[in-house]
Amino acid sequence: MLGLNRKDFLLFLVVTFLALFAPILLNPFPVGSAMAQFNAGYPDLMQRFVIFGIFAIGFNILFGLTGYLSFGHAAFLGVGSYSVVWMYKLLDYNILPGLFLAIVVSAVFALLIGFISLRRSGIYFSILTLAFAQMSFSLAYSVLTPITNGETGLQVYTSDPQILMSGFSPSSPHLFGLVMNDSSYLKFGGWEFTFNNGYYLCAVVLMVAFYLSIRIFRSPFGLMLRAVKSNQTRLNYTGLNPRPYTLAAFVISGMYAGLAGGLMAAMDPLAGAERMQWTASGEVVLMTILGGAGTLIGPILGAGFIKYFENIFSKINDSILHSWFAFLPDGLEDAVVFIIHPFIGKGWHLTLGILFVLVVVFLPGGLVEGGQRIARLFRRKPADKTDNDTSAKTDPAE
Amino acid sequence: MDAIILQILNGLDKGSAYALIALGLTLIFGTLGVVNFAHGALFMIGAFCAVTLSRILNFSFETIDPGKTDFLGNPATVETAYLEHWFGPEVGGAIIDWSVPLAILFSIPVMLVVGFVMERGLIKHFYKREHADQILVTFGLAIVLQEIIKYFYGANPIPTPAPDAFRGSLDFGVLLGFDPNAIIYPYWRLVYFLFAAVIIGAVFAFLRFTTFGMVVRAGMADRETVGLLGINIDKRFTIMFGIAAAVAGMAGVMYAPINSPNYHMGMDFLVLSFVVVVVGGMGSLPGAVLAGFLLGILESFASMNEVKSILPGIDQIIIYLVAIIILLTRPRGLMGRKGVMEG
Amino acid sequence: MGILEVKDVGKRFGGLQALGDVNLSVAENSCHAIIGPNGAGKSTLLNVLVGKLTPDTGSVMFDGQSVLGLSAHKINQMGISRVFQTPEIFGALSVLENMMIPCFAKRDGSFRMHAIENMMREKDIVDWADRILADVNMADKRHMHAASMSRGDKRRLEIAMCLAQEPRLLLLDEPTAGMARADTNNTIDLLKQIKSERDITIVIIEHDMHVVFSLAERITVLAQGSPLVEDTPENIKGHPKVREAYLGEAAA
Repeated sequence: MLGLNRKDFLLFLVVTFLALFAPILLNPFPVGSAMAQFNAGYPDLMQRFVIFGIFAIGFNILFGLTGYLSFGHAAFLGVGSYSVVWMYKLLDYNILPGLFLAIVVSAVFALLIGFISLRRSGIYFSILTLAFAQMSFSLAYSVLTPITNGETGLQVYTSDPQILMSGFSPSSPHLFGLVMNDSSYLKFGGWEFTFNNGYYLCAVVLMVAFYLSIRIFRSPFGLMLRAVKSNQTRLNYTGLNPRPYTLAAFVISGMYAGLAGGLMAAMDPLAGAERMQWTASGEVVLMTILGGAGTLIGPILGAGFIKYFENIFSKINDSILHSWFAFLPDGLEDAVVFIIHPFIGKGWHLTLGILFVLVVVFLPGGLVEGGQRIARLFRRKPADKTDNDTSAKTDPAE
Repeated sequence: MDAIILQILNGLDKGSAYALIALGLTLIFGTLGVVNFAHGALFMIGAFCAVTLSRILNFSFETIDPGKTDFLGNPATVETAYLEHWFGPEVGGAIIDWSVPLAILFSIPVMLVVGFVMERGLIKHFYKREHADQILVTFGLAIVLQEIIKYFYGANPIPTPAPDAFRGSLDFGVLLGFDPNAIIYPYWRLVYFLFAAVIIGAVFAFLRFTTFGMVVRAGMADRETVGLLGINIDKRFTIMFGIAAAVAGMAGVMYAPINSPNYHMGMDFLVLSFVVVVVGGMGSLPGAVLAGFLLGILESFASMNEVKSILPGIDQIIIYLVAIIILLTRPRGLMGRKGVMEG
Repeated sequence: MGILEVKDVGKRFGGLQALGDVNLSVAENSCHAIIGPNGAGKSTLLNVLVGKLTPDTGSVMFDGQSVLGLSAHKINQMGISRVFQTPEIFGALSVLENMMIPCFAKRDGSFRMHAIENMMREKDIVDWADRILADVNMADKRHMHAASMSRGDKRRLEIAMCLAQEPRLLLLDEPTAGMARADTNNTIDLLKQIKSERDITIVIIEHDMHVVFSLAERITVLAQGSPLVEDTPENIKGHPKVREAYLGEAAA
């Protein structure tokens, strides 16, 4: 189906299903209920799930397949955002030219940075990419202010040319009149679901991005990339030149990052230099590793996981904790809340850091490997039970 | 001429910090073969040792001073530090004033413990794993450490002053025969540079003249052979990790008065220190020190107005630019050995 | 004129003359062994042949073309394949995937961007890989993880990967080093089979005399960086100079 084998096609269907029905699936709690704050089905957050998912899928094509650890992918994210906002400023709020430009410009950037950085491998490659990203970040903040608007960030002003703008054009990002900010609502009993245009645009892009990543993973090109990771000496002595393969992977993953950055600006017409900072590069590394580097679904899981908990975990405060543990005796309740307190709310990054260390130490395959282990555990006990739902989600590279 | 001297001096303190962190990074890399992305966090913890000690020394109790009144006419409460209460305002005040230098003594045991725990608890399991895994696990550890500090000390920088005696500036120009005020250099930065020089000298002397250091140097050159001699190299490497942590910590303590410590200062320094290590040559101790000072001075030259007017923005990117050029033209760095960490 | 012509090759490392005036001519479709005591320069010579080292003097011609200064993948594309002392295979991939890579390299050259096609639907490649696997009796190991195989099987796979490219010259660097006797014999049998079935020139560097005498048609003895003698195995066995320099009592 679609040129995929059965297993991959199933995986693609699962992702498509999740992406299309996310506004419903992520809103399991009725409005006004105590648990409603754990609903993630609002456009802003769902857009972030999907956009970072795309970013991580692209990063995984480089790191997961070739093993080259880039600490500079945020640079492409920023480049993508700037491109889109510039198209708003010059043409109008239609996002399509901007997204197109974002992919092209980030590809050129990636080609340039990749060509130089890939002359070295191992930690030297990581440091080179890091240096390039930090340079881009510093320049965007200072000298390139005419292009990036420095610390303020790039945005659209009424004085901008916007040559395609007519009286009828929407004055916020849109796709041929389909305004990104618009949503339709569905009320169903106590539930309310938001179907946002911007989210669905991102979801469709994610599906395409994911589909292409499956094709790349299963292609001869993907095989060569895995061979690069496994043994470069043998690759050389097999008459293959690893450099163009890794460079192509670098450019492709840079284009994914540029697209993700472009989508950020398509949802919210702003672009700032902080998007290029190395902490943003670190974030995509976290996502990919946490989900499972080198697996198809891992990066999406990782991105969703981190973004969900970043938003939800950080909302939990002491009073919520107290209400959860109210059944405990007073002294014990306070003690439990006291112990959990550092890990929630603003302390969410601490939880993330610990989780990340644990994953690297005990679960190098990330959440996907965790899922596989659990699946194996279940398979061993009830031998007659088929493994339909878990195996679809946990699909390693080979 | 005076402008050049001034820039060299300005570069020395930052260069000292780079050199000290890079020295520790190289010790760890050279002995344990581990790329430690948490090394910046150790520097940061050192700086917070200074903050902590200064807070401890400032523990106060409140008394009501009947002699004074606040603006409403009520008797005013006066805070008195315990130290001043116990030792009298003279001695007690002096101890509080000298909290940063005293924090060095405080930081050494703290950093050694932190280093030992890190190495034994986590890093030793990563000796045989890929460098990418080492980077990842220490990167995660750095996040954890910095978040712990943020939890206890908040997100804002905490001013930590140097002792009063060092608060002024030295008119360096007069000593060299220039006009007064041509080269003004804060005393504390001078102290920092001298301190760094002493620490660097001590580390080198330790490696050169003690048996322990000789074994470690031999281990850096060829770990397996030393292992075959029946020497327990692992234990020495653990101690080396502790020492590297202590060096980073002390560098942090003394840096606290120059830049008020905040929880992310470690990451800020880490990126630059890695660049320094790479420029100096992975695994070369003299290279790390040399590159640290060179880049610090280069950075301060690039921030001169004359330079910036020709090459705008150069001060922001000079270090990265140098790193990229060195990596491409001389991948071993200034003084590195061949083949270290390639692949 | 042999297919491989080494003329007056010399290489110094600092004060050490690793190779001096090496002349070697390997006839097409023959099996030529290079033996010699440790430090005789065997590995240096091999690294010169595959372009990893550039000699200070002399020339290396393969089929009339110089190989000096070329990168490894270019030399390989000329028709020279190499087997390493420790098997160099793609440990993280399956046996079939390992086999497919040289097949792609043979068909598509050193780089081709085929990122959308499904590799398992490249029927010619899969068939080709399977055919070679069957040739070397590894068809049953098709789906195995390459890293999990025994040393002998890894060696077999490595040789098979070289064969997939249909090289004209196969360089073997101590192919049985570190192997148990049974694995060694299997490897010898495999190499004999290759020799009999294909038009291929084999240059083998070996320590193990058993391997050398069962395979080689001509033998060059290296000592201190220069060829001592070159002759047939029978003559080498009885050569007094060789006995003195290398074989010693081991051959007696």
